[in-house]
Amino acid sequence: MSERIKTGDGGIILTNAEDLMNWARLSSLWPMGFGLACCAIEMMATYASHYDLERFGIMPRPSPRQSDVMIVAGTVTFKMADRIRRLYEQMPEPRYVISMGSCSNCGGPYWEHGYHVVKGVDRIIPVDVYVPGCPPRPEALIGGFMKLQEKIRGEHPLAPELFLEMEQKAEAV
Amino acid sequence: MDFEAIKQILISQFGESIGSEEKGPQPILTAPADRIADICRFLFEDERLYFDYLPCITAIDNGPAVATMELIYHLISIPYGHALTIKIVFPRNTAEQPLPSVSTVSHIWRTADWHEREAFDLMGIHFENHPDLRRILLPEDWEGHPLRKDYSAQEKYHGIHVRYAHD
Repeated sequence: MSERIKTGDGGIILTNAEDLMNWARLSSLWPMGFGLACCAIEMMATYASHYDLERFGIMPRPSPRQSDVMIVAGTVTFKMADRIRRLYEQMPEPRYVISMGSCSNCGGPYWEHGYHVVKGVDRIIPVDVYVPGCPPRPEALIGGFMKLQEKIRGEHPLAPELFLEMEQKAEAV
Repeated sequence: MDFEAIKQILISQFGESIGSEEKGPQPILTAPADRIADICRFLFEDERLYFDYLPCITAIDNGPAVATMELIYHLISIPYGHALTIKIVFPRNTAEQPLPSVSTVSHIWRTADWHEREAFDLMGIHFENHPDLRRILLPEDWEGHPLRKDYSAQEKYHGIHVRYAHD
């Protein structure tokens, strides 16, 4: 490789459109820049220089309109629930949700006496990856992102859904 | 100025209705609930006392069996450096009755505005003549007052199940 002279007219990568799209999408996951409680502190640490999420192409965006993934980092109160639902609805598809920490997974320490806490953010919006911990360490959040990347890698964004459906029906008959 | 001296000033002003509880680690002055605004006005304005700071209002629910509630006002005089704790006890309401009502002190100390809103939100105590008695922490359409002894959370809020386990 090092002996090769760059002429600018060589080099071909053979792939299919689906893999290319998946690769592009999982390599630039832009999360929505918001946090709810102490998990958000760990999330910020993960963005910062020690753990540096930027090297995965993960960069927080200030608007749901520009975001691919929502990290629900912290305790979801009922007062916040309507706002979270609205923010999720404002995100363009395809959109993903990472539930970070015990509170947003299942209510966490508030599961029994926390009248004000939603017992799991999956009661409001669909969740793709759950990251356990109270709060999860930055490594765990990175692990969550890698799980999400794995999930995206196996998706079929260009699959002819209608055709597959028809085929399935034909087989059934 | 120590507790005994403050108590004597208040007794000479408001009569024998002023009592005290001195067994605990902190002596507490007890007062009739319907005079609290007058007493607070006096505590604020009297030149010997001048309690200019209200750090906290504590609300206590003694439960349906005892059927009383309490409000505890913690006062500090910044220039004199003395402090006072004053308590009122009043009857608690049942589910059908209106909320128990106490006169506001927010016209004396502006800070009482939010203290009283918190007591209203979580304990269900109504403050007469309060300028803006809305919930301060919970959403506006929440049902009930969660720090009451007999509180049980509502089934659903905006279509979301409130309890961990549900059908």
